[in-house]
Amino acid sequence: MEPTTSDDVRSVSAEQFHSSLRGRRLIGNAAVVLFFLSTLVGLATLAALIIDILIDGLPWIDWDFLSTYPSRRPADAGLRSALFGTLWVGGLTALFTFPIGTATAIYLEEYAPRNKLTQLIEVNISNLAGVPSIVYGLLGLAVFVFLLGMGRVIIAGALTLTLLVLPLLIVAGREAIRAVPDSYRQGSLALGATRWQTVRHVILPSALPGILTGTILAMSRAIGEAAPLLAISGLVFVTFTPGHPFERFTVLPIQIFNWVSRPQLDWQHVTAAAIIILLLVLLSMNSIAILLRDRFQRRSEE
Amino acid sequence: MATATAISASPALSVRGLNLFYGDFQALKDVNLDIPPRKITAFIGPSGCGKSSLLRCMNRMNDLIRTARVEGEVLFHGENVYAEETDPTEIRFRIGMVFQKPNPFPKSIYGNVAFGPKLAGYRGDMGALVERCLRQAALWDEVKDRLKDSAYKLSGGQQQRLCIARTLALDPEVILMDEPCSSLDPIATLAIEELMRELAPNYTIALVTHNMQQAARVSDYTTFLTVDDQRSGYVVEFGETGGIFSRPKEKATEDYITGRFG
Amino acid sequence: MGGYERGNFNSRLILMGHSYARGPSANWEGLHSLTEASFTAPRVSREDLEKRLLSGSRAERGTETAIHLLLLGATVISIATTLGIVFVLVNESFRFFQDVSIIEFLTGTVWTPRFQPSLFGVLPLVAGTVLVATIAILVAAPVGLFTAIFLSEYAPDRFRRIVKPMLEILAGIPTVVYGYFALTFVTPLLQQYIFPDMIIFNALSAGLVMGVMIIPIVSSLTEDAMLAVPRSLREAAYALGATRFEVATRVVTPAALSGIVAAIILGLSRAIGETMLVTIAAGATPRLTIDPRESIQTMTAYIVQVGFGETPQGTTIYYTIFAVALLLFVMTLAMNILGQWVVRRWRQAY
Repeated sequence: MEPTTSDDVRSVSAEQFHSSLRGRRLIGNAAVVLFFLSTLVGLATLAALIIDILIDGLPWIDWDFLSTYPSRRPADAGLRSALFGTLWVGGLTALFTFPIGTATAIYLEEYAPRNKLTQLIEVNISNLAGVPSIVYGLLGLAVFVFLLGMGRVIIAGALTLTLLVLPLLIVAGREAIRAVPDSYRQGSLALGATRWQTVRHVILPSALPGILTGTILAMSRAIGEAAPLLAISGLVFVTFTPGHPFERFTVLPIQIFNWVSRPQLDWQHVTAAAIIILLLVLLSMNSIAILLRDRFQRRSEE
Repeated sequence: MATATAISASPALSVRGLNLFYGDFQALKDVNLDIPPRKITAFIGPSGCGKSSLLRCMNRMNDLIRTARVEGEVLFHGENVYAEETDPTEIRFRIGMVFQKPNPFPKSIYGNVAFGPKLAGYRGDMGALVERCLRQAALWDEVKDRLKDSAYKLSGGQQQRLCIARTLALDPEVILMDEPCSSLDPIATLAIEELMRELAPNYTIALVTHNMQQAARVSDYTTFLTVDDQRSGYVVEFGETGGIFSRPKEKATEDYITGRFG
Repeated sequence: MGGYERGNFNSRLILMGHSYARGPSANWEGLHSLTEASFTAPRVSREDLEKRLLSGSRAERGTETAIHLLLLGATVISIATTLGIVFVLVNESFRFFQDVSIIEFLTGTVWTPRFQPSLFGVLPLVAGTVLVATIAILVAAPVGLFTAIFLSEYAPDRFRRIVKPMLEILAGIPTVVYGYFALTFVTPLLQQYIFPDMIIFNALSAGLVMGVMIIPIVSSLTEDAMLAVPRSLREAAYALGATRFEVATRVVTPAALSGIVAAIILGLSRAIGETMLVTIAAGATPRLTIDPRESIQTMTAYIVQVGFGETPQGTTIYYTIFAVALLLFVMTLAMNILGQWVVRRWRQAY
């Protein structure tokens, strides 16, 4: 050992440590309480939100509420056009998003060369996911509504939402494809299959449940969106059931927005009732996603 | 089977009837052992024999594993480490530990050594304490001009000596070393072994090693553990290192040392 | 310890609120090891594969090329979207800046596009946006950080398994619903107990509710960063006589700092771009103020206000929304890039 000049420097003694530990334990215990309560903040708010909405809205829900059109009087107001609008927009969005998102995910995972350009595409997709949804609304307004002359119709809304939720499905799809073991690919290619045959017969069947789950999630995100569709459709008073994608439309979130700032108490009930319906739609879609995943998991465990 | 051999009137640590379980699995069976003070005691044995687990029983590091359960006693100054009223934090303050892979904090070299004393409320001259510990760990000359540098800029061997310095900063009575050289090259290993010999007169060192030559080179006493047919570890033999390696009492020890199994 | 790379970080954020989207992957790992052991397919090198592909029939190669182009075409849509956004925003803003100077737009302190005299100073909208986002992050940063510490360092596994999905529900609730909650629940509550003379539309309740909304973003990304801190560092600290609290605050939190900072930046970016909640609850009064009890207007809320009014194309007011949106786009993009940069730049190699 080096000859030391400071051998006499002693650290903390056991007694000092013991006496300081009391205070440290006290701080630690107080902090745990703080950490735990913080965890409850989110949960408590969620509970308050759901209870508040159920109390305000549940008594208002009946068949008439679902089957009639919006009205100027709260007692007569219904969700029929908004429900059909949501169905149209959500359905078309899923229809557009699924093939485009899946194809992009396949390309990026199975085909794209590992180079700067691919990296740029990947960075671009994750940045697109961070673009505020209202900006997509303006893109749709300028391109689909005006430039392509579609007008403020269902298809313009669906295309706008497609661009909005595409990054979500691409990311989910890539994760699903990446989860397919490499040995599957190599096995298939070793048997002389082409790259597309491998994708088509080996990778897609394995990844499909994950991709479908992603599609449902993308759809449920689309169904909850109001801002971009407001830019497309405006706050329109729709009293008909849209029959084709080139008609004007409203959706549940827009209908809720339309009703939410009206001061009369009855409108508050109408709004809460519509929110319950919207949350039920989302809940059932997410349940389907969970069921899909569980079924898939069980199958792969067998 | 294990016998508690009385080496000294007051051992630094005494293990009494210790059983360790991970869930349903019994990792250690009826361990009885006295670790002599201010000496180096090596723990050798085939992998999976529980020598690292035994080490981690001594400063209650196994508490951090949710499924771990300990029966029996570890006596430190006559007090049971596992007693209800014992605070594991205090045990770990007095019984230091050095790990398999160097694990410095993502802080400066200085910050690593000062970490323990700072938490413990050290009020003296921190600079002097850090210098003393780095000198003790034979690292001072290499780092004295760059104490503010990240510890990750050091080589593996230097990082391990920093971890030893960090442990020394609390003036522990016992230092548990869990295969401290297993991730180091031979030269760095040699430096650590020399360091252990230098520390031995002032500290009780318990050294787990998979390297029998290392045990023979540096330790004063050696404990040999092995596993029974349920894969539970137990102590076969304990004694002075010279004796264990030249005249093992048990057949199993001899087989292991001569390379017939393990 | 899961890998903590940029890619994971991003997918974590994008799939926020949909933890079950990643469900099967754990399962696949099991399957993977199984097949690795039992499936002895010959290892095929890339060159071999190329050769095999090239040796296929002409028709096969034709299909391959067509499919390749089709997939590439789909991928190009993402690029086109970005280009489209930039083009539309810049192009339409350009028309706006023909009427109003960019200096007046960026430095003006009065925003009255719909009244005479029309003034186009965007600062009141920016101030409103920043005010609400600041309140939100003042809620979400500490609560999210503490939640993450509790979940990663203290909570038993079972508690975490139940609570995490419930927290992520928060991120999946449509923002109009939060708007309703802020307006009809939080504001009356604040009026009743804390600020009796606060008006109905105010920055405070919008900010508070938005804070809760982004808690899962902050907590989830923070927890990921904390779980990536190796066990060996925690053990080192415990072995030096640290308490659990000290391990969490002196070792794990500093080691995960880049992830935490990025989580807060990305949460802030989300808050700035959030639209319906502030449109419903924060008001429609562009105002330069730091008083959270006042009614304000955010950039996003202004865009909606003009957007749903079905403002005719070609008027100056129509173009204002693109100028405001361009500024919003630049702000959020900058924060997202900053967040990714922080993760990459300060990522700790343990």
